[in-house]
Amino acid sequence: MVGIITYGVYIPRYRIKVEEIARVWGANAADITGGLGVFEKSVPDLDEDAATIAVEAARNALLRRHVDPKEIGAVYVGSESHPYAVKPTACTVGEAIGATPNMTAADYEFACKAGTAAIQTCMGLVKSKMIPYGVAIGSDVSQGAPGDALEYTAAAGGAAYVIGNDDPIATIHHTCSFTTDTPDFWRREGQDYPRHGGRFTGDPGYFKHVKGASNLLLEQTKKTPKDFTYAVFHQPNAKFPQKAAKDLGFTAEQIKPGLVVPRLGNTYSGASPVGLAATLDIAKPGDTIFVCSFGSGAGSDAFDIEVTDAIAGDKFRRDAAPGVEQQLKNPIYLDYARYAQHKGKLVMQS
Amino acid sequence: MRDVAVIGIGCTRFGEKWSESFRDMFVEAGALALEDAQLSGEKIDAMYVGNMSAGRFIEQEHIGALIADYAGMATRHIPATRVEAACASGGLAFRQAVIAVASGMEDIVVAAGVEKMTDVEPGASTDALTGAADREWEGFVGATFPGLYAMIAQDYMHKYGMTREQLAQVAVKNHYNGARNPIAQFQQEITLNTVLKSTMVAEPLRLFDCSPITDGAAAVIVAPLDRAREFTDTPIKVLATAQASDSIALHDRRDISTLDATVAAGQRAFKMAKLSHKDINMVEVHDCFSIAEICAIEDLGFCKKGTAGKFTADGETALGGKIPVNTSGGLKACGHPVGATGIKQVNEIVQQLRGTAGKRQIDGATIGMTHNVGGTGATVAVHILGRV
Repeated sequence: MVGIITYGVYIPRYRIKVEEIARVWGANAADITGGLGVFEKSVPDLDEDAATIAVEAARNALLRRHVDPKEIGAVYVGSESHPYAVKPTACTVGEAIGATPNMTAADYEFACKAGTAAIQTCMGLVKSKMIPYGVAIGSDVSQGAPGDALEYTAAAGGAAYVIGNDDPIATIHHTCSFTTDTPDFWRREGQDYPRHGGRFTGDPGYFKHVKGASNLLLEQTKKTPKDFTYAVFHQPNAKFPQKAAKDLGFTAEQIKPGLVVPRLGNTYSGASPVGLAATLDIAKPGDTIFVCSFGSGAGSDAFDIEVTDAIAGDKFRRDAAPGVEQQLKNPIYLDYARYAQHKGKLVMQS
Repeated sequence: MRDVAVIGIGCTRFGEKWSESFRDMFVEAGALALEDAQLSGEKIDAMYVGNMSAGRFIEQEHIGALIADYAGMATRHIPATRVEAACASGGLAFRQAVIAVASGMEDIVVAAGVEKMTDVEPGASTDALTGAADREWEGFVGATFPGLYAMIAQDYMHKYGMTREQLAQVAVKNHYNGARNPIAQFQQEITLNTVLKSTMVAEPLRLFDCSPITDGAAAVIVAPLDRAREFTDTPIKVLATAQASDSIALHDRRDISTLDATVAAGQRAFKMAKLSHKDINMVEVHDCFSIAEICAIEDLGFCKKGTAGKFTADGETALGGKIPVNTSGGLKACGHPVGATGIKQVNEIVQQLRGTAGKRQIDGATIGMTHNVGGTGATVAVHILGRV
């Protein structure tokens, strides 16, 4: 059965608190943390970008389980912040993990859901036996314009999933998608920061698509929220996934392990994949996980996942790479000036 | 001059109507009004539509023709006119329709109001609304509507000692009413703390002192009173229509916490109807900000200058109070699609006078009033309506 062979996560160690950003813009931090449910967010180091994060996440995945790099037939990296407009991040990752040259590769963009779209592509290639293994990554050094509401949450991080047929640690029983042309959030070529439709990003954007894909998956699998041990929803802030989960009939306990946004921020393409990874970090054989991503523009991918005995077997060593909780610990806090430097918001003379 | 009656009303639900366009909304409101009057569109002689800023909000001008076209009346070539007076556009459209019928020029006339505000980002809508103030002397130097009304509130509280809590009661009361109005944007009750702890917008006004950005449309149909019973068993007579103007910039006023245009329009309306404030059973006033309702009920004469805070906190403006104010939920809770607000106010009073206002019904209501303001008070329209 097609499923997750191994997975890895990378979160930069730096953080900035929401109250520090609020201080700079003269905003009331309590209003923002109360409204978003986010308290701090990760910040990349000076030399980190979506490619280095993707490489670290892929390497962490391979530390947990040996996969012959020559059997990796595809690498897909989903991101909104690929370092190059033309020149694939996926090639850098393929080279770094030794999978080149007999592989296919491409960069994906579907706002915050390109990572789960990459998982679906790998599932197709693996199920059709075109390749033994595929690597799907969601990785971002998310952009939010100075002073914009997005700046309080736009974070850095990513997760990598090796997809294959042979002895997965978690079987993906089913996936489906819900996609429309909805202009809720966008960034044009050459622009540094995305723009968005304010409150339009809520009901007609996030909620319509997350509920659309979630209900479709439940309908197609003839399952109910009670059939799942855990659930993970795309998390641009803490309020949206909490409301979506409640409206769909999932409990606060089901989404708790995968709700990492309060301390991590929104890692855009990395958000649902990191939330799933945090859930897999604590999952036991037999646990079932419901996943629904969301990407503006807009669409959602939903997954019905079941953890297998292999997660506790000898081929897979969960402790061989740091888990999400471990990477959220011991942060180094930056003030806004250092943060601006790290994010390249200070433009210096060359 | 002929007596005029309202024979039909219609209103869309107010709110963030993401899936409905400007056209969808006015067609819905118009169809509801026609259905209410049991009238076929072929009987309509003319239309007036209140709209503040479709050019800025949806990049569409020439609204009169657009409405006639999408209402299916362009082939009959009826006159269709857009009326613009910022947030008082709807009130003035109603007045134009009333005047057209009263003069004998037309018989069956539609007065409508519509605004689609959520197609632009909040900054753009705030800027479009700033066009209701003096662009050169207020807008260009950074004043926004919350800022201008905050200055009114500062001046008022300084002069009359109204407390922050008393001011907040306006929003609490309007949300209570909105929770009883099926077309209201916000149908949940709030507490004093909801207002007092909400985000500061412009000192002393907080988020819950401010009316929201809203999509919506409303329509009413007026006819000569002597023909009204052809269409309805409960015609509502227009007892008075009044309009007044003042300086467009707030700083040019005699007194910034008294809206002299409200005083003038109110006095003219009472004189025309041969009534006083004591005869009014309920009033819809223009509470674009909580302080605006405070000023309005004083300037219309329902309580003495400087006492409206206590009057409100004592429950005199609530359902069952001395003079129920904004039974619809007002602009605060029912929502404020600027061009439609004046027409929605007429809708509400007509429902009250017909006895069809449901859980917010004022028992035995026979006379009601509407008060619609453009800008910070540069235009005011006041109407008095009564059962016959």
